[in-house]
Amino acid sequence: MDLQIALLLGQDGVVNGAIYALLALALVLVFAVTRVIFIPQGEFVAYGALTLVSVQAGKVPGTLWLLLGAGLVVAAIDIALALRVGNRRRLPAIVGWNLVLPGAVAGALYGLDLAQLPMALQVVLALAVVVPLGPMVYRLAYQPLAEASVLVLLIISVAVHFALVGLGLFFFGAEGSRTPAFSDASFQLGTLNVNGQTLWVLGASFALIVALYAFFGRTLYGKALRATAINRVGARLMGISTTLAGKLSFALAALIGAFSGILIAPITTVYYDTGFLVGLKGFVGAIIGGLVSYPLAAAGALLVGLLESFSSFWASAFKEVIVFTLIIPVLLWRSLTSHHVEEEE
Amino acid sequence: MRYLKLVLLALLLAAPMVLPAFYVTLLNYIGLYALVALGLVLMTGVGGITSFGQAAFVGLGAYTTAYLSTAFGLSPWINLVIGLGLTALVALFLGLITLRLSGHYLPLGTIAWGISLYFLFGNLGFLGGHTGLTGVPVLEVLGLRLEKGEEFYYLVWLVLLGAMLATQNLLDSREGRAIRALKGGSLMAEAMGVNTTRSKTVIFLIAALLACLSGWLYAHLQRFVNPTPFSLGIGIEYLFMAVVGGAAHVWGALVGAGLITVLKQWLQDLLPKIFGQSGNFEVIVFGVMMILVLQRAREGLWPILLKLLPAAAHPHAVPAGEPLPKREAPAPGTVLLEVKNARKEFGGLVANNNMSLSVKAGEVLALIGPNGAGKSTMFNVISGVLPLTSGEVRFLGERVDGLPSRQIARRGMGRTFQHVRLLPTMTVLENVALGAHLRGHKGVLAAALRLDREEEARLLAEAARQLERVGLGQHLFDEAGSLALGQQRILEIARALCSDPCLLLLDEPAAGLRYLEKQALA
Repeated sequence: MDLQIALLLGQDGVVNGAIYALLALALVLVFAVTRVIFIPQGEFVAYGALTLVSVQAGKVPGTLWLLLGAGLVVAAIDIALALRVGNRRRLPAIVGWNLVLPGAVAGALYGLDLAQLPMALQVVLALAVVVPLGPMVYRLAYQPLAEASVLVLLIISVAVHFALVGLGLFFFGAEGSRTPAFSDASFQLGTLNVNGQTLWVLGASFALIVALYAFFGRTLYGKALRATAINRVGARLMGISTTLAGKLSFALAALIGAFSGILIAPITTVYYDTGFLVGLKGFVGAIIGGLVSYPLAAAGALLVGLLESFSSFWASAFKEVIVFTLIIPVLLWRSLTSHHVEEEE
Repeated sequence: MRYLKLVLLALLLAAPMVLPAFYVTLLNYIGLYALVALGLVLMTGVGGITSFGQAAFVGLGAYTTAYLSTAFGLSPWINLVIGLGLTALVALFLGLITLRLSGHYLPLGTIAWGISLYFLFGNLGFLGGHTGLTGVPVLEVLGLRLEKGEEFYYLVWLVLLGAMLATQNLLDSREGRAIRALKGGSLMAEAMGVNTTRSKTVIFLIAALLACLSGWLYAHLQRFVNPTPFSLGIGIEYLFMAVVGGAAHVWGALVGAGLITVLKQWLQDLLPKIFGQSGNFEVIVFGVMMILVLQRAREGLWPILLKLLPAAAHPHAVPAGEPLPKREAPAPGTVLLEVKNARKEFGGLVANNNMSLSVKAGEVLALIGPNGAGKSTMFNVISGVLPLTSGEVRFLGERVDGLPSRQIARRGMGRTFQHVRLLPTMTVLENVALGAHLRGHKGVLAAALRLDREEEARLLAEAARQLERVGLGQHLFDEAGSLALGQQRILEIARALCSDPCLLLLDEPAAGLRYLEKQALA
C-alpha cells in the first residue's frame, strides 16, 4: 500500500464514518429519550435513498402508500381515543398530522412532474414522505409500551425492523439503485483527488451536527428532550409530554436516517435491506460511546468507517466480520471499566 | 390433564406412521426449532436477558459436525462433543464481556456475533463458502441408521422432550429459584447470596448448548449445510417463537415453534401470490404479529391456551425434610457488628457523617431518626449494597466493607428491605426458600437430573418452618404478590430468617402497616 491508496481509503473511511456518525447520534438521541434501541434506523436510510430514486425516475414511491396507510391507522386510533375521553381539542392536530399532511404529500407527488424538478426539491419531497413515518412508527409500535423494560422495547425494535424490511422489499423490489451525485465537481488536493460528493457528505454531516447542537442547546423543544432524557418522571411533572418527546426524537431520527440514505445513495448502490448493516455500523459507533456520549459515539463511528475501508482493501471478503468483531474489544473494555449498574425491570 | 398428556404422547408416537412425509418433515423442523426456542424461554422469559444470535450457535453446531465428518471422517458423536465444547467457549466468552454490563449489551453483542459468524461461514473456503458443505454422513444411534425423516423424527422429539423435562426440573430447584429471581432485579437476589452474573451466564450457556445440539441434529437430518439458516434474521425468528409461544413457559417454546413454522410455510406460499412478486414477505406478518403480541398479550399464547384446559390439581403438601445444619451461634455478648466512622456521600450530600455503632450477639439495637436521616443508607452500607466513602465495617471481626452483598450474606447477615422486594408471581414458599439459597449446594446439572430432591425437600421444609414461625403457615402456596403489604413484610423477615443469620437487619419493618399489623409484627 502506498500513500496514494492510503489517502484514498482514508477518504472513503471518513465519508462512511461521517454517515455512521450521523446515525450513531440519532441512535444515542432515541435511546436517551425513549430507552428504545432503534434497530429500524437502517430502514429509514434505505427508504430515504430508494424513495429519492423513485422520485427521480418520475415514479410515485411505494413508501407513500405506507405513509397514507400508517397515517390512517394512527388517526383512527387517536380519534377514537380522543372521542372516548371527550377531548375534541386534539382532533385538529391528529387530523392535520396524520391525514392532511400525508394527503398533501400525495398531492404533490401526483401533481408535479417529478423527474423534471430540481434536485433540492426532489430531496425535500423524498424526506416529506419518509420522515413523518418516524413519529407514526413510534405511535403505533412503541407508545403503548413506553414504560416497558429496555428488553421488551428492543424486541419491539427488532419486530419493527422485520416489518419495515419486508415492506421495503415490496415497495422497491430486490434490485439495488444509485442516484446521480449532488455535484460532479472534483478537486485536486495535493496528490489526492477529492470529489464533490465527499465534500457534500462531510459538509452536510457537519451542518446537521451543528444544527442538532443548536437545537438541543438553544430551543425549548430541544431542552425538553434533554430533560426527558435525564429524568422522565421529572420532565413529565414539569409539563413536558413524554409522548411528544418520543415522537419528536423519532422524527429527528427518521430525518437523520433518511437524509443519510440520500447522502450515500450516489456513493454506493442501495438495496432494500442495505440500511440494516449501515445502521448497525452506526450502532457499533454508538456502543463505543456507551449509548450516552454524543462526541464519543461520533468518534467511534469515524473509527468504524476507517476500519471498514482499510479492511476492505486487505481482506474484502471479511470486511463485515472485522467491523462487527470490533464490538468485542469495545464491550470488553467497557465491561472492565464500568461499574456494575443495577437495572430494575 | 393426565389423560391429555397421554393422548398427546400417543399422537406424537403415531405421527410418522400415519402422516405423509411432508408433515413429518415439518414436525422434525418444529422439534429442532423448539429446542432453540426452549433456550430462549429460559433466557428471555425466565431470566430477563435475551439473545438474537442463537442461529449462530445452531450454525456452530451444524458446521462443526459437517466439516469434521466430511473432511476428517470423524464420528458425529465426537463432533457433537467438540461442537458443544466450542459453543460453550464462545458463549462463556460473550457472557463474560457482556453480562456484567446493563441488560441490553448482551443482545447487541449477540447481534454483532450473529452477523460476524454468518459472513465467516459464507467466506471461508474450507467451509464451502455460500454453497456450503454436502455429503454429511447419516447418523447412527445404537447401530440403527437414521436415514429417513420418519426415523430421525423419534430422535428429534426424544431430545426435545428430554430437554424440556430437564429445564422444567431445573426451574423447580434451588438454582432455578435463583434464575427466576433475576427478573426482580439483582439487588434482592444478591442480598440472598445469589451470584446473579453467574446465574445469567449459566442460562446463556444452557441456551447456547441447546442451540448447538439443534444444529448438530439439523446437519445430520439435512445432510447438507449452508450459511442461510444461520443468519441473524433466523436468530430473530427464534426469539419470536419464544415470545409468541409464551416466553415464561417451557411449553411456550413448543407452541411458538409450531405456530411460527407452520405459519411461515403457509405465508411463503400465500404472500408472493398476493403481492405478485417473490420474496420473504412473511417477515412483515411476523413483525406486526410480534408487536401485537407484546402489546396485547405480553405473556404469549401458552397462558391463554392453558386457561382453556381444565386446571390441574397441584399437590399442596407441606414439605417435610430433615432440618438443615445450622451455623454455630456466636456466644451472647460477642461483638457481631462494628461500624467505625462510616461515611457515605452522594455527590455533595453527606448521608452518613462518620457514624459508629456496634452490635453484640443477643442484643437488639434500633437505629432511629427522621425521614432522610440516612437510616436506609446505613443499612445498605452495612449489607454491602452501597460502597462506603470512608470508614470501615467489621462483621464477626472481619472487615466486610467493599465486599459484594452476597459475600456478606454468606457470612451470616440477613436483611429485609424498606420497600418490599419479592417475586410476586412465585409462591410464598418459593420466595422464602430463596433466603436459604446459600444453605444448599446442589448445582444446575443435579437439578436438571432430579438428583437434588433430598436437599430440595430440606430447603423447602426449612422455608415452611420459618413461615410457620412468623405466622404465615396457611399461605405457603399463595402467590406472594397476593399477600397484603404487612404480610409481605413478614414474608421478608421469614426469608431473612431462612438464611440462618446471626445478625438480622430489619429496614423499617413497620413502615406503612396498619395498627393491627404492627401489633402482629411486634
